[in-house]
Amino acid sequence: MTTNHGLIMVFGAIMPAFVGLANWLIPMQVGAPDMALPRMNNLSFWILPFAFSMMISTLFMEGGGPNFGWTFYAPLSTTYAPDSVTYFIFAVHLMGASSIMGSINIIATILNMRAPGMTLMKMPMFVWTWLITAYLLIAVMPVLAGAVTMMLFDIHFNTSFFNAAGGGDPVMFQHIFWFFGHPEVYIMILPAFGIVSHIIPTFARKQLFGYTSMVYAVASIAFLSFIVWAHHMFTVGMPLAGQLFFMYSTMLIAVPTGVKVFNWIATMWRGSMTFETPMLFAIAFVVLFTIGGLSGIMLAITPADYQYHDTYFVVAHFHYVLVPGALFSIIAAVYFWIPKWTGKMYDESLGKLHFWLSFVGVNVTFFPQHFSGLAGMPRRIPDYALQFADFNMISSVGAFIFGFSQVFFLYVLIKTIRSGAPAKARSWEGAKGLEWTLPSPAPYHSFTYPPEVKSEEVHG
Amino acid sequence: MTVESKQQNDIRRTVKKLALIVVGMCFFVAALVPLYDLFCEVTGLNGKTGGPYVFDEAKTSPDTTRLVKVNFLTNTNEGMSWDFWPQKGAVRVHPGSANTVSFYVKNTTGRPMIAQAIPSLVPSSAAEFFHKTECFCFEQQLLQPGEELEMPMRFIVDRGLPKNVQSINLSYALFDVTERVGLPEDMQITDNQVSPVTGG
Repeated sequence: MTTNHGLIMVFGAIMPAFVGLANWLIPMQVGAPDMALPRMNNLSFWILPFAFSMMISTLFMEGGGPNFGWTFYAPLSTTYAPDSVTYFIFAVHLMGASSIMGSINIIATILNMRAPGMTLMKMPMFVWTWLITAYLLIAVMPVLAGAVTMMLFDIHFNTSFFNAAGGGDPVMFQHIFWFFGHPEVYIMILPAFGIVSHIIPTFARKQLFGYTSMVYAVASIAFLSFIVWAHHMFTVGMPLAGQLFFMYSTMLIAVPTGVKVFNWIATMWRGSMTFETPMLFAIAFVVLFTIGGLSGIMLAITPADYQYHDTYFVVAHFHYVLVPGALFSIIAAVYFWIPKWTGKMYDESLGKLHFWLSFVGVNVTFFPQHFSGLAGMPRRIPDYALQFADFNMISSVGAFIFGFSQVFFLYVLIKTIRSGAPAKARSWEGAKGLEWTLPSPAPYHSFTYPPEVKSEEVHG
Repeated sequence: MTVESKQQNDIRRTVKKLALIVVGMCFFVAALVPLYDLFCEVTGLNGKTGGPYVFDEAKTSPDTTRLVKVNFLTNTNEGMSWDFWPQKGAVRVHPGSANTVSFYVKNTTGRPMIAQAIPSLVPSSAAEFFHKTECFCFEQQLLQPGEELEMPMRFIVDRGLPKNVQSINLSYALFDVTERVGLPEDMQITDNQVSPVTGG
């Protein structure tokens, strides 16, 4: 179940949500009529239901579903895996193919279909972050496919890629997995950076502070993501030089990330701020993502990591960057652009209520996990010792609040679509960007004739 | 050429380039496996010791000024029920001299089995200075039910061993490779021939 939770959230929730946003927004934001390759897009989307039916079906199989964590370390996922692992492998292959096709489509659209005058350095931040994310996906998805293919061969064709008895090496699995895995976690956060870079300037009614440095920061984060993979495996017995290299390179990531956080704060500084729901989610993103980022720096310290490794501290860390990070940015994006999609405004007070429920729920769920982790509660184990019961009780209460508040979110969305007040073309007075020059709801083919790119509409 | 058809051409060219990257990354991941082995071999990381080594005793003299302690550890992989231990837990040797130690192994099960020992050496910086001229780990062992064996291992600690290394830990993990390798034809057993398990 933990394995399926991880994989569904990564490949079935966060990534498709971001790809969906990209498909909606990128053509409008660069002034194109539609995506470059609609047929490939269709294929990429319709693969997903098959991939996930295959993956979820493993839960009902004899021997149980995959039970080796979302990192599926060999030999847990090969020698000791339940038979359903083969379904899991093919599901991962399909998801990889879907992601690669989605990315090729996005890059082809951005590079070839921008309106005249929309130079690369005038592109909105969401487009920039997705361009870089798509390159990351194209680079690392084949690596994941290779890793699961080697697993498949080890299980069914008697090879020994990861089996020490046959001359292979289980640690090599971890190296290959994390060479994919670290860029993968940035794939899940870079588009979030883009979204927040649209929302904060809108509600602070100022231009985004340091646009150029934002672009370079995203590019350097993407580059660094390829050279830090082994910080997930400090305890495998690396030589000192390796540990130091991966420790320093990991800490280096804090620099471009810090640049972004300070730029968002500087954008808000002395702005005429209002606090509509998207802005609340965006500010919560900045604050809570920074908490997750700081615990990331704690984990990067090799000697300290020996203590934190595989505990709930790590669980708290990555849930802070993925839930109030990636997920909050997606929710913020939905509130921000829903007037453009549906032509209706959501109910502001219900939106605010949803925000506060989510904000409280997220913190009540994940903050105590820092403490249970530091006290030694191991991750990936469904049961726990008695002394952790209180912290887990708090987490459970928070998780219920958070879960129900997302059901409430669904209600808010349905209410908006059915009976929301009509939205203006420029739904937010401070909103900039080509998408706001279109009527709400946006027509199926947005810009049949390339629009004129005016200087006041750039840098969202 | 119209604007639209030029754009379509550009898109096609971009897609081709990106598809090339995807194919290139597939080759890259296939190359990662040999690269990984090469990297470990060159750097001696991973504690993997080398294959058979040719040692000419006439050419080197032992370094009698220092003694290095070599500890031997053995363990069997999960599901492997053989007895397996070193005859001596540790020996003190002069770098540059050839030494022989032996390991005891017994098939405690009721069926013929094939085993393979995999060495690992700590600290990994000493791996390239630890040579074996003869080792049971270079081959696989086929043992009949209840059969036991003394397995020799002849090694030389290189004179070039860094001065700060005073002890070396060599561990062997014994794996059951019967299914992988397959027993010789005449030893295949059918279900009704299985004899009761002896020992344990």
